[in-house]
Amino acid sequence: MECVFGLVGNDFAVVAADTSAVHSILVHKSNEDKIMILDSHKLVAASGEPGDRVQFTEYIQKNVALYQFRNGIPLTTAAAANFTRGELATALRKNPYSVNILLAGYDKETGPSLYYIDYIATLHKVDKGAFGYGSYFSLSMMDRHYHSGMTVEEAIDLVDKCITEIRSRLVVAPPNFVIKIVDKDGAREYAWRESVKDAAAASA
Amino acid sequence: MKFDTSGLESAAPVWGAPSELVDGFSAAPSFEVPNTTDFDGFQKEAIQMVKPAKGTTTLAFIFKEGVIVAADSRASMGGYISSQSVKKIIEINPYMLGTMAGGAADCQFWHRNLGIKCRLHELANKRRISVTGASKLLANILYSYRGMGLSVGTMIAGWDETGPGLYYVDSEGGRLKGMRFSVGSGSPYAYGVLDNGYRYDMSVEEAAELARRAIYHATFRDGASGGVASVYFVGPSGWKKLSGDDVGELHYQYYPVMPSTVEQEMVEAAGA
Repeated sequence: MECVFGLVGNDFAVVAADTSAVHSILVHKSNEDKIMILDSHKLVAASGEPGDRVQFTEYIQKNVALYQFRNGIPLTTAAAANFTRGELATALRKNPYSVNILLAGYDKETGPSLYYIDYIATLHKVDKGAFGYGSYFSLSMMDRHYHSGMTVEEAIDLVDKCITEIRSRLVVAPPNFVIKIVDKDGAREYAWRESVKDAAAASA
Repeated sequence: MKFDTSGLESAAPVWGAPSELVDGFSAAPSFEVPNTTDFDGFQKEAIQMVKPAKGTTTLAFIFKEGVIVAADSRASMGGYISSQSVKKIIEINPYMLGTMAGGAADCQFWHRNLGIKCRLHELANKRRISVTGASKLLANILYSYRGMGLSVGTMIAGWDETGPGLYYVDSEGGRLKGMRFSVGSGSPYAYGVLDNGYRYDMSVEEAAELARRAIYHATFRDGASGGVASVYFVGPSGWKKLSGDDVGELHYQYYPVMPSTVEQEMVEAAGA
């Protein structure tokens, strides 16, 4: 089952997601990148039905870009989160999207932030959040070890602790994870944690 | 429950003026409803009837020389084998192939439609469409029909300016880029043989033999797969069909019958 989690640190926000694309008992792909770089300073980690996940996050990405083109100024993380929630809410009673999203971003004025947006258009600004079966393990790990103002090393250490716990305790645990980080220098890939390497696999 | 349509009947005009303009205004807007007893449930029933369990084995993989695409050729309706000679590798255009798994009509129609869109792209942009673009076109179309009962599990394989390309696209709207895929009820069996024997630097013959073997093993174990194992190769100059072997014959090729030594011959029972 898909695992997505993230937390806010000192001057940055970090999100991690598993990288397996699964269809009933078959693993089609184990290096699928589920964390999209929304714009220069925002990350969207999404989990949910395969079509919805890609189509909805790309839709949000293009609309955020359009706003920037039209107005010459990028959206704040809060504005992007509220826009995303609004789109989910509008579609909810007609043609709902089954996507859960953790939106992490960095704004110059307000610093790093993390937004928890679930498939029925719930929106919360949080310090730490998680989706999927992995949340049963990662949430308590984060509750125990998290404190505000963590350094990058401390935060990555906590992320690794969560990944280890998921790998050892979840029955159909995904083997590989991707970690991305966003801070004042922008949104970028931080690391991959792979325990199963695809033979000569192409990156998504 | 019987659907009550009395509320949709248009009210008769009060004054029977024969002019077309007036008739257009007077009729209340109404629409045709399906002629069925169970209005709320019939759609779900139709989808369940049409949605077969993708009884097939198809596979494709990228290697050093290009892309190999292979499939079986059996069509089954439940327990009945309706055909042993279905073409499951669809030629979209001279340098792109699509595989068929799921509803045969859905796959054939939408691949043909994709071929049309690819040709229109060529005419409008004076260059061939990339495999990325073609697969995205198909994925978007299938996504827009999501939930309406389409059953398509396909791989788009081709060669474009960036080299070999392989995408998996399905009717749930999923689209994955990868190096190796297998789709259908026989796919877990094929994956086992394919994953184990795969190396990036294989020759075309080795790769074709790997694909053929994987399809054979899937047809051996999966009842919904069988018939003929077709293998295609997509290279820089387009696709080429390499082989089409009956899997029954392949079986005896791989596992020839050995005359076994008889330990003890039976003798007739003495008397009754």
